[in-house]
Amino acid sequence: MRKQADLLFHAVSLAALVIALVALAVLVFDIVADGGSRLSWQFLTNIASRHPEEAGVYHALMGSIWVILLTGALALPIGVAAAVYLEEYGTRSRLARFIELNIANLAAVPSIIYGLLGLGLFVRFLGMGQSVMAGASTLALLALPVVILSTREALRTVPSTIREGSYALGATKWQTIWNQVLPMALPGILTGLILSLSRAIGETAPLIAIGALTYIPFAPDGIWSKFTVLPIQIFNWVSRPQPEFKVNAAAGILVLLVLLVSMNAVAIVVRDRFQRRGRA
Amino acid sequence: MNVASRTVPASLSGIASSRGGHPPAEMNAPVKIDVDGLNFYYGSKRALDGIAVQIRANLVTAFIGPSGCGKSTFLRTLNRMNDIIPGTRVEGTVLIDGRSIYDSGVDVVQLRRKVGMVFQKSNPFPKSIYENVAYGLRINGLVKSRAEMADRVEESLRQAAIWEEVKDRLQESALALSGGQQQRLCIARALAIRPEILLMDEPASALDPIATQRIEELIYELKKKYTIVIVTHNMQQAARVSDFTAFFWLGRIVEFDRTDKMFTAPAEKLTEDYVTGRCG
Repeated sequence: MRKQADLLFHAVSLAALVIALVALAVLVFDIVADGGSRLSWQFLTNIASRHPEEAGVYHALMGSIWVILLTGALALPIGVAAAVYLEEYGTRSRLARFIELNIANLAAVPSIIYGLLGLGLFVRFLGMGQSVMAGASTLALLALPVVILSTREALRTVPSTIREGSYALGATKWQTIWNQVLPMALPGILTGLILSLSRAIGETAPLIAIGALTYIPFAPDGIWSKFTVLPIQIFNWVSRPQPEFKVNAAAGILVLLVLLVSMNAVAIVVRDRFQRRGRA
Repeated sequence: MNVASRTVPASLSGIASSRGGHPPAEMNAPVKIDVDGLNFYYGSKRALDGIAVQIRANLVTAFIGPSGCGKSTFLRTLNRMNDIIPGTRVEGTVLIDGRSIYDSGVDVVQLRRKVGMVFQKSNPFPKSIYENVAYGLRINGLVKSRAEMADRVEESLRQAAIWEEVKDRLQESALALSGGQQQRLCIARALAIRPEILLMDEPASALDPIATQRIEELIYELKKKYTIVIVTHNMQQAARVSDFTAFFWLGRIVEFDRTDKMFTAPAEKLTEDYVTGRCG
């Protein structure tokens, strides 16, 4: 009887996995069938156009890369510093516990809310306009909670013997954190960063809210440049009546997927390298 | 000062420190660490009760006693390592070279430079062998040039009797070393910043007999230059390496005397029962 229950559970969990994978496979297959033929070097290097067969994703792809790099550059130091404070300096205080609870809540706030905040704070109040900087700042806010929470987890996995070893040699708290704790936590920190950036790169709503939906016929040339990103370009194409643009949208989704997969691949390589450096 | 030993009556209810004992002439080394009336609390739980002991320069003092008797806790009060555990509290005085280490003006970082520590479980940093030894020198700003750094690293590794085994692989990960080598590396790391006192918390408890023997020979060498305090579970080890022994029981020192006397003619029945294996 117990054996049968064991077998049943095995079957149920396998079925759950198969459902998830099949859904994903069908989705990818459908997109490849729709847009695969449209993918070409030209599609990557052409800018948006009124004529669907001439239109490409160049400026949107460049916009996405600019925005995501800047988002990472903003979210990493701020997120890690916040997590170091919470984990290493403020763990015991009531304020820190209150903050931690709210960070967990922030991670679940709908992204459109961040978009409205970005519009009010970065675009209007700080006068950044509809720039890469404003978009990246908004997405960085969106990514921060996950970066902070995963960094805290990573800091917790550093064994106390390492901290004690450092303190015993006359290291200050900051020296111990900077030289021993953070390097050991780095693989976990990077994993959290990439996870949150993967979410951010697919976000459309907050960027629409800050006004990145306008037609931009050029790639960004700096952080104050106007921009558009892949999800917005896709959204734009999908909402056109002509069926040719639907094909473009599918091809755009493929580009976005490839970008996402390569980001994750880079993350895994980087993480493994740092992990191996520590071990024998 | 003609006080080398302090004995207390065995009846646990009425332990009070009383001075006595007759040290032979070769034991007239100056007092390096002078502890009196030391109480220690984890939260509301009292872990040490009225500890009074004098530790002499350039001799080895061993702490023996059953698990949980407070010997490691006491060792860690001598370099204020317990400071990093939240909710702990110390009462009483600890004088090192006549100066109280728990005064408000004391720089803990300076104290730990003077009082080095080797832990029960070897805890090399996940860096190269060279970096492990160089770390303490670097963070304390003790060397001016690369050449001086290399000299100090070699000197420390030689003192810890591990130089010959690692001189050709200084850039390899410290985690590739065997357990006994890792522990000697940790000793080298502690010696690199030239402490005056070396605290060793069961340094050989995780090692095989041959590695243990090497550590014990090393301790014998090191006491020429350093004052050594060692916590050990192994009574033969205490008998072999130490000049003085303190027997801890339930957070108190039952007896403190010359090691040869402690193991051949202890004043207390409880000590005799413990060293002969009848209790504990």
